Amino acid sequence: MNNMGPYDEIRKKFNWKISEDELDYKEGDDINIGWYCSDRICNQGKADKDALIWQGFSGEVKKYTFNDSRIITNTIASFLQKTGVESGDRVCLFMDKIPELYFGFLGILKMGGIAQPLFSAFGGESLITRLEDAETKAIITQKKHLGKVRKIRDELPGLEYIIVVDHDGNKPLKEREIAFSMENSEKVEEYRVFRSKAETPSVLHYTSGTTGQPKGAQHVHYSLISQYISSKYVLDLKEDDIYWCTADPGWVTGTSYGIIGPWSNGITQCVLDSGFKAENWYRFIEKQKITVWYSAPTAIRALMKEGKSEVEKFDLSSLRHLCSVGEPLNAEAVLWSTETYGLTFHDTFWQTETGSMVITNYPGMEIKPGSMGKPFPGIEATVLDLKNHEPIEKRGVVGLIALKPGWPSMFRAYWNNEKTYNSKFINGWYVCGDRASIDEDGYYWFVGRDDDVINTGGHLVGPFEIESALLEHESVAESAVVGKPDPVNMEVVKAFISLKPGVEASDMLELEIMNFIRKKLSPLAMPQDVEFVDSLPKTRSGKIMRRMLRAKEWGEDIGDTSTLEDD
Amino acid sequence: MSDTKDVILDYIKEEYLDDEDMELDFSSPLITGGIVDSFSMVSLKRFLETKYKIQIPDAKATPEAFDSVDNIIVLLKEFNVE
Repeated sequence: MNNMGPYDEIRKKFNWKISEDELDYKEGDDINIGWYCSDRICNQGKADKDALIWQGFSGEVKKYTFNDSRIITNTIASFLQKTGVESGDRVCLFMDKIPELYFGFLGILKMGGIAQPLFSAFGGESLITRLEDAETKAIITQKKHLGKVRKIRDELPGLEYIIVVDHDGNKPLKEREIAFSMENSEKVEEYRVFRSKAETPSVLHYTSGTTGQPKGAQHVHYSLISQYISSKYVLDLKEDDIYWCTADPGWVTGTSYGIIGPWSNGITQCVLDSGFKAENWYRFIEKQKITVWYSAPTAIRALMKEGKSEVEKFDLSSLRHLCSVGEPLNAEAVLWSTETYGLTFHDTFWQTETGSMVITNYPGMEIKPGSMGKPFPGIEATVLDLKNHEPIEKRGVVGLIALKPGWPSMFRAYWNNEKTYNSKFINGWYVCGDRASIDEDGYYWFVGRDDDVINTGGHLVGPFEIESALLEHESVAESAVVGKPDPVNMEVVKAFISLKPGVEASDMLELEIMNFIRKKLSPLAMPQDVEFVDSLPKTRSGKIMRRMLRAKEWGEDIGDTSTLEDD
Repeated sequence: MSDTKDVILDYIKEEYLDDEDMELDFSSPLITGGIVDSFSMVSLKRFLETKYKIQIPDAKATPEAFDSVDNIIVLLKEFNVE
């Protein structure tokens, strides 16, 4: 029996109070995610239960109980406070998937700070953009990434504290840098957790859009209500489960369902801090006896490439439930997982802004391979007409996915960007920016993005940010960036570039440009294909027609070209 | 071949390592060790193709084949790069 029971029944009777009651929360109470994910679980008699089983790439394993988590997060919170971080300050987490990242996240929340996790592969420019916008006061990082932080620190006068979690003392730290050792610091048994309320800001996750720089989606502690119950219903987490979420907490999945969801449910979770290799992943599942696995289509397709023979080398019989997130899970991958693992990957749809799953497939509900599933109980969803933005009643017609605002984990603002935040709401609906249709049975079918944002490997990349960075390369005169199809990552970045006069196109220049973006922004933003062109298609008003270039890459109709500039 | 090994190792240190104190040798795990991620692997592949004027089919550009300089050397031998 799954936790949720029959979908139609729970959908009729569900309200968010069910989750509030299970968490013993009443309106007006204190609600601190850090406390709920550690102290509360200890108070339930699970202090000695494993909270985190962590494995590094060399095979080293570390285990932490919920009581360890409680004390470590107390220690981190206390350290931050003594250092000078105050409630409401933004504290960036810039680390690989090491234990300090997970406990650091809760420690920040416990002392009332706003956690700002950033993907550790981000380059200098990506870091500056996000830290400057958030006016981040402290960054917690590791030696491996300290070089990147040092390169940009002078441009960030507001960044007062650079906390290094693995300083070995071999080289002296510089001004503003502080060493902190999670393992060796004096343990703080008792800590007065910050008395956050439902609407107290908790997490700031940056996400990319078509225009402008990335925006910080700001969440609040009340998001717990959605994240707890969706983990229970969709991931179907149960007391004895060993759960593995493969996402990096630099992205929203890694915090909502890689920290908050499982730990607020008191579930043991595993983390593998290693690059992707099918054999290592399967060995990890076998060794840790993973029961519930939440991964991404890109990873699933990469596993498909390795074939069934790789699977047969391992005992994966511990697995009982599989879910996927990031981009639409193609029907072929769904069918492959059923055939190969004897279990079907359940696709889940949500975004940085939604904070938790909103349209998804459920254990026990019939899965239509390739479908996004149905709205989560408590979420009112629809598709809006592309022109008049009214809900489409007719089935099978493509429109914009839209949600009625009001679910607990909905973002409350884009940091410092009220105008863009307001633009996401039309006719009383939050518009996700994706297109889909709804079939006769109420299942949603993803069609594509409604804008130029590129979804590569489950991560959104903004073309504007890449084009702006490309212009800083000495050889580039103009560029246009689009997504091109990719069998594993769904899309990868392709750049069309016109060079400055006198510059010759070459393979070396292409590689140089790729590396330039990789280091400046991130590996995700790096063009995997560069096409040198004499000129870019533009409207008569001079705007580059990305739409045309993208359509060409996808073999689609180019559409209306009446506004195209004459040659 | 040792020249080739050194060239590749130096290139990886220069392009992919942020921590100047991190020690890297021919057998260090690049992909599983988190030094080169799956996206960055594309640029490393492109470097090898450009430098040695070869074409590495995607099917051969696996995380396993790129997981160390030693492994890359084995791969390059298939393309007669010595």
